[in-house]
Amino acid sequence: MAEVTLEEVTKVFGEDVIAVDKMNLDIPDGEFVVFVGPSGCGKSTALRMIAGLEDISGGKVFIGDQVVNDLPPRQRDIAMVFQNYALYPHMNVRENMGFALKLRKMDKSEISRRVEEAARILSIERFLDRKPKALSGGQRQRVALGRAIVREPKAFLMDEPLSNLDAKLRVQMRTEIAKLHNRIGTTTIYVTHDQTEAMTMADRIVVLKDGRVQQIATPQIMYDQPDNVFVAGFIGSPAMNFIVARLERQNGGHDVVFGKTRLHLTQEELGRAKEKGYDPEAFTGKDVILGIRPEHIEDAGTEAAEAIGGSEGANTMDIEPQVIESMGSEKYVYFEVPKEQAAHLDSLSEMTDDEAPEEGDGAEGGTSDESGDMMVARVAAESTAKEADKMRLVIDSSKVHLFDPETEKAIF
Amino acid sequence: MASATTTTTTKGATGRSSRNLVLFYIFLVLFVLVSLFPLLWVFRMSITTKSDLLASPLVTLTAPPTSTSYNTVFGNPDFIKALRNSVIVAGTTTVICLFFGAICAYAIARLRFRFKSSIMTLILAISFFPAVAIIAPLFIQFTAVGIINTYWAMIIPDTVFALPLTIWILVAFFKELPRDLEEAAKVDGATTLQAFRKVIVPLAAPGVFTTAILTFIFAWNEFLFANTFIFDAAHYPVTVVIPNFATVYTIDYGSQAAGAVVVTIPLVILVLIFQRRIVSGLTAGAVKG
Repeated sequence: MAEVTLEEVTKVFGEDVIAVDKMNLDIPDGEFVVFVGPSGCGKSTALRMIAGLEDISGGKVFIGDQVVNDLPPRQRDIAMVFQNYALYPHMNVRENMGFALKLRKMDKSEISRRVEEAARILSIERFLDRKPKALSGGQRQRVALGRAIVREPKAFLMDEPLSNLDAKLRVQMRTEIAKLHNRIGTTTIYVTHDQTEAMTMADRIVVLKDGRVQQIATPQIMYDQPDNVFVAGFIGSPAMNFIVARLERQNGGHDVVFGKTRLHLTQEELGRAKEKGYDPEAFTGKDVILGIRPEHIEDAGTEAAEAIGGSEGANTMDIEPQVIESMGSEKYVYFEVPKEQAAHLDSLSEMTDDEAPEEGDGAEGGTSDESGDMMVARVAAESTAKEADKMRLVIDSSKVHLFDPETEKAIF
Repeated sequence: MASATTTTTTKGATGRSSRNLVLFYIFLVLFVLVSLFPLLWVFRMSITTKSDLLASPLVTLTAPPTSTSYNTVFGNPDFIKALRNSVIVAGTTTVICLFFGAICAYAIARLRFRFKSSIMTLILAISFFPAVAIIAPLFIQFTAVGIINTYWAMIIPDTVFALPLTIWILVAFFKELPRDLEEAAKVDGATTLQAFRKVIVPLAAPGVFTTAILTFIFAWNEFLFANTFIFDAAHYPVTVVIPNFATVYTIDYGSQAAGAVVVTIPLVILVLIFQRRIVSGLTAGAVKG
């Protein structure tokens, strides 16, 4: 077991395709870190550089105290779990799991002891003599995990290990991997594009986009205090709503205003803005991007709405639901945002080249219409909302986020 | 009642399908007969006496069987020696082809480099070369380096002409194998060579077998180089010995036929043993495993 450190790690493919850009990260011994981001964000490349399967173009990777840049994978003492399991088809489960130990010329009895112990932990003892093709996807993934744990390596690297499993099994294996980590405590770096996996499994999450680290934080901080529009939109499901609003001074405090809605900002929120080095005064009278999570918008007619101001406060908005999805435990209400409020954010569109957004581009919007037109509220199941039937929503103003429209960074 | 109805229906269906089945088998037998005819004819010739073979009208089919030709063939020390020579030449050619072919094919399948497809075409182009066109220069060169009249005079040109096929088949095979497996092996502590030997080669076994057999058959049946570069009876392969079952005055068709049968049998046995592997080898890439 060991800590893993990345120092300005960079990967350039060909002449100028930067896959990973000066990534810095300290992973203490035993931590479970998840790299998450959309496809092509460099998360797998970063992992493969740590594994030694990809050359490092710049910077240093440390495993323990050792710089491993020039070490081949076999000398790094790390174990890897692949998306498609990568089990050796011509070997049975026992041989698959013991392969690495055999290469190390370990004693046969020690190999079978370790293999059997790992098999017990993963409950795959029954399959030890089967070939991989006689196993189901979930069992194969367990074998792949087993192959990693018998090694007792310095770190586990997992490259989207659950993506090939069906939804139910994925949830189940998620818990099992988390349990396994609690039990073994080996430093783990886990790559996924699924923010739910990241949120549920990680000690810390690293959000990547276009090869750049967007934020490194615990899941809760990632959710409560996203650093920028991208992280805010990426973490959480359904995704955060973004609208263009205006910051105004009101009775010695600050309000965020859009349409007829007026949200009064709390001292705590303003305090956080100051911590980040933003002076709310500087944005007064200007457009900002307001981020509201669907779960912080409630149907004004429900009991839950009382706690956040009831149906008569200024923090309400009247809308006409377009689609209502009932999930049983809650309802998702989708509605359209008035055109002038729609926020078109470069970093959230699928485009990968958002280098230096043009001035005001993020806030002005109105030029394209692929994002930011619809909002969603997650309301209590008791809500009587009906499609195309006017209703009132209440916004929890203590939970909103503000972003600088120019840099798309969080004001708080 | 219900069961009675079912039976009738089944009967009707069986009637129709058994008629189809009969047609199918008739066609199958015809097809096999046509394909096998030359072989069967040679076999029949090999167990017919010399005089019956030359009798007019043709009595080949009805003549009493005899083992004279086989006795002649096996009693001929030159033929036995030739069999051994053929095994040595074809075997060595196969081993060399597989060794270089596998390394080359692995590199082509896995490494990223420029002009890959041009190189592949160039490799294939070698086997387009008409052997007759290079036989004279080769003769001069082999004489110059002193390998004329040795096994190498057959093994080297055989290898050159068989290698392109070997490489092409193996490249297709190695490309099919997921890269993740080698990466997993490397992370597991294997060197590149260990990953190749312990993971790639066993997985490519069907392809390797297919290639091995095709190469072996090619070298086993090779006649032109052997007949040109070898003039010492001790080094003749069977392909050269069989036509020589003739004197100035007579041709011993019976013995030639017996020789041909004997020479074909090892190949048939090889193919039968590895049949399943060859089929999966030749169809690799057609269907995703």
